[in-house]
Amino acid sequence: MLKKRGDSKSRINTEINAGSMADIAFLLLIFFLVTTTIEVDKGILVRLPPWSEEDPLEAKVEKKNLISVLVNANNDLLVNGEPEQLSSLKDRIIDFITNPTGREDRPDSPDRAIVSLQNDRGTNYDTYLTVYNELQAAYRELRDEEAEKRFGTVFDNLTRDQKKQVIEVYPMKLSEAESTDFGED
Amino acid sequence: MSKFSKKREKADPAVSTASLPDIIFMLLFFFMMVTVLRDATVKVEVIVPEATELTKLEKKSLVNYIYIGKPKEKADIARYGSAPRIQLGDKFAEPSDIPLYVEQHRITIPEVQRPQITTSLRVDGNVTMGIVSDVKEQLRKSNQLKVNYSARPRQGDLR
Repeated sequence: MLKKRGDSKSRINTEINAGSMADIAFLLLIFFLVTTTIEVDKGILVRLPPWSEEDPLEAKVEKKNLISVLVNANNDLLVNGEPEQLSSLKDRIIDFITNPTGREDRPDSPDRAIVSLQNDRGTNYDTYLTVYNELQAAYRELRDEEAEKRFGTVFDNLTRDQKKQVIEVYPMKLSEAESTDFGED
Repeated sequence: MSKFSKKREKADPAVSTASLPDIIFMLLFFFMMVTVLRDATVKVEVIVPEATELTKLEKKSLVNYIYIGKPKEKADIARYGSAPRIQLGDKFAEPSDIPLYVEQHRITIPEVQRPQITTSLRVDGNVTMGIVSDVKEQLRKSNQLKVNYSARPRQGDLR
């Protein structure tokens, strides 16, 4: 009798019941599971031109090297002054840069081409970003093509040096003019 | 011989759950690591546009966020109106507040990593470009040139 009592007492002293540990950990786990939002932020990466107080120098650009893309306050797209559909913008840009038919009013080589993008203050951000996306898509497509031709793989898989070579062929020269004051709300 | 049989009798038929807490703790730590507690509640309505040329933003600590959109809460609309507003951190701001905001984030980053700081512009699709242009101008003035226009993957074809 006496011995048994002593036995049970010593057991209480030496062991902590860890059975509820799992429950506590589960509770915390569920809390973090619920609060976690594995959110990946994706977007179009751009580099803005540095700010300078002086007026930009009047750069002499031959007219044939320039394609102007204008998105006005009504969200209409004008390419070189003519209305254009968003869906055909990319092909138009690619056609302009590569100049497959060797037209006189197109750039002599793709690295001379300059895309000028202008918008009004009243342009929808949605439309602006779609246009910007199409411009980037055009260059991505050209670079992928060139990478395929030279190295047999897409642009993203190239090494740094190889990327540089491809970019030299198709440098993205985008000039963003100050937006005009139309249609601000 | 008798020793063997004795041992057998003692064997516990139940599965040991002693390692269960360890497993759960492992999962717990995993989720604690991947959890990014949002430091700011977004007070403006932001539905980002759709795009295809997406780049994933790595390293959350090197990113600062600028939200632009219409105020969500009724109280904010009463105070600021329903025109699109800029949100920096957890409060509404003017374009002129951006250089300070960028600088405050920049000083928390080690100097070698500073060129990699990206500003994520989370802008609602229905906002007009005027306010976005102002923000871009301020970013250029504060020499924060790496910018990411936040967008979601495009479903279906271009309209």
